[in-house]
Amino acid sequence: MTTDAKPTQTSRSRLDPEAMPRRDFLGLTAWWSAAATLLFGFLGAMRLPKAAVLPSPSKKFRITLPASLAPGQPYLPAGRSVALYKEESQVYAISLVCTHLGCIVKATDSGFDCPCHGSKFAKDGSVLKGPAPKALPWREVKHLSGDNFFVDEGKSVPAGTTAGV
Amino acid sequence: MSDVAEKRSAREESAVGRSLENLKAAPRRFTETVFRSGRPHSDRTRSTFVFGNVFLHLHPVRTHRWSLRWSATWGLGIAAISCFFVLLVTGVLLMFYYKPYPDVAYLSIKDIHFVVPTGRFMRNIHRWSGNIMVVIVLLHMARVFYTAAYRSPREFNWVIGMGLLMATLGLSFTGYLLPWDQLAYWAITIGANIAQSPRELTDALGITEWFDVGGLQKLILLGAEEVGEEALIRFYLFHVMILPLILVILVTVHFWRIRKDGGLARPIDADNRLGPSSGDVYPVFTEAAQKTYSLAAVVKGKTPIVGHGPEQTIPSMPHLLIGEAAVFMLTIALSVILAIFLDAPLKELANPAVPENPAKAPWYFLGLQELVSHSAFMGGIGIPLIVLIGLGLIPYLDRETEGSGLWFGGLGGRSLVIRSAIFGLAAVVAVEAFVIRFGWIRQWWPNTPQMIITFINSGTLLTFLYATYSVWCLRKYNSTRAGALALFTCFVCGFVVLTVVGTYFRGPNWDFYWSPSQWPGH
Repeated sequence: MTTDAKPTQTSRSRLDPEAMPRRDFLGLTAWWSAAATLLFGFLGAMRLPKAAVLPSPSKKFRITLPASLAPGQPYLPAGRSVALYKEESQVYAISLVCTHLGCIVKATDSGFDCPCHGSKFAKDGSVLKGPAPKALPWREVKHLSGDNFFVDEGKSVPAGTTAGV
Repeated sequence: MSDVAEKRSAREESAVGRSLENLKAAPRRFTETVFRSGRPHSDRTRSTFVFGNVFLHLHPVRTHRWSLRWSATWGLGIAAISCFFVLLVTGVLLMFYYKPYPDVAYLSIKDIHFVVPTGRFMRNIHRWSGNIMVVIVLLHMARVFYTAAYRSPREFNWVIGMGLLMATLGLSFTGYLLPWDQLAYWAITIGANIAQSPRELTDALGITEWFDVGGLQKLILLGAEEVGEEALIRFYLFHVMILPLILVILVTVHFWRIRKDGGLARPIDADNRLGPSSGDVYPVFTEAAQKTYSLAAVVKGKTPIVGHGPEQTIPSMPHLLIGEAAVFMLTIALSVILAIFLDAPLKELANPAVPENPAKAPWYFLGLQELVSHSAFMGGIGIPLIVLIGLGLIPYLDRETEGSGLWFGGLGGRSLVIRSAIFGLAAVVAVEAFVIRFGWIRQWWPNTPQMIITFINSGTLLTFLYATYSVWCLRKYNSTRAGALALFTCFVCGFVVLTVVGTYFRGPNWDFYWSPSQWPGH
């Protein structure tokens, strides 16, 4: 508890302060060390909730495209949020996760429609309407053999990147 | 002395005899040790009863008549804490059967609904109390604002109250995921992506790679990239442990400060306004304060009661306690009646491949979702942050004294509130109608950079209109309170209209429909 006793000397300037008594200095040091220790302890403990290894299943998969897949018609692998297209001998994949708030967009004749907030995307994934801030990203596709392809949903490639058969 | 009496006194003096006597007296003595001040029959024993009881001593011993009028508070604070008690009891009961694991969670909710004795009733009460609590907390905040009760010395308690509002919304939002149905899954997916939406800004600036607040927030919230088992256990933990603890701590401080601030805010001339006191009111302290609390000698500043003249206070027990009990019973009755007639919804099992269409957040976030449908960052984070900072600043900007403790007190008063309400409603309806009819920048010029849309959209436009109107009122009345009255009223109107539009007039693809019967089948 502090008292309201008036300091005896008042003529010192701000740049030349009164020397701090040793006991006060040690006391303050102790308090600040305790505070710093607790702070760093807390920050260290907060590392725990930030997952180092994400539990998501693998985003890479293999797929066999049906031979009858028409150009411009989407092929939707079950359990994946990506649409595959085959144009002549080129295959590409476009993500179906809306860039606005993560809803799954629906592939339509004109492109993609998001059911949540009305974003519309063109066939190449670029934004036509609505709140989506970015185009739907294209995903990496590699040709394996015949109609077999390798898709990596976790890896974006520049729009227009295709894999030749 | 006769022989018999001698024997008896000898027996009484023996240890066994004394023990028997004590055993007989045990029930009476037990009661005495529990209620140490004796039965609360007189004002004096009632006072000791209140401050000698750990649960009651948060109450003042005597309460001012002003605070006991219904119109002073409408009992909203007590109603909010009543809801919390109901939620605590029903929530603990639901925990007996609920299993926080994907798919299993859904089945356990079905069990609770169809198999568990009273399970459906308890879940309904929990659901309704949660919704009622959100409404009441918002109304309570409006009451405190409109009676200017946030002013000195209650500034910080207003800030604590904002913390309580956020804890309430957080509890409600985390509870929304737990049933693991389609409604829950997609509402939380949207919520988690709103947490990630600072990316909209960092992407536009091209700094996401180094500074990804949005990604970090989503990662902490979900513990994964998508809503899954990790997210469910986290939301469960927040819902049943972390947030209730925070809420209890904040509520304790909130109540304690009400006591320390001298009870509820009331006008300085409350005694005159109330008129002559009734028979059960008599002076507590004399005009010249002869007696003071010993602590008051040490503490700086004035303590609440010392030095005040005869006040129109009446004993808290029973007057305040009766009022509280009445509000408590009414609140429970309301949620029980609603729970009898309206079941809490449960849709199909969550399906991460097919979003609900429309996917709607809990109703109190639908106003935000309406804003989010223009810009995720501004609607979900930017504008709410501006509103929160604005609310927190109110008691520190408005240092006026006129009208404290009175409804619509302060310069401008009721007529200003009515005019602000008209302006607020007109502005929000006009902006919404324009956007619904004509679209927005992206429809007109699809190649507009995202930054422009983030900063110029219906949400920011509305915020700008309200802020301008508020500054205009502030200058016109030359009073901060007038500006605050205008701004707060406008935001209430905006919140209500946006929530109504989001709830009733938005259908599949978030398109506007006059009624759900016009929704296209899908």
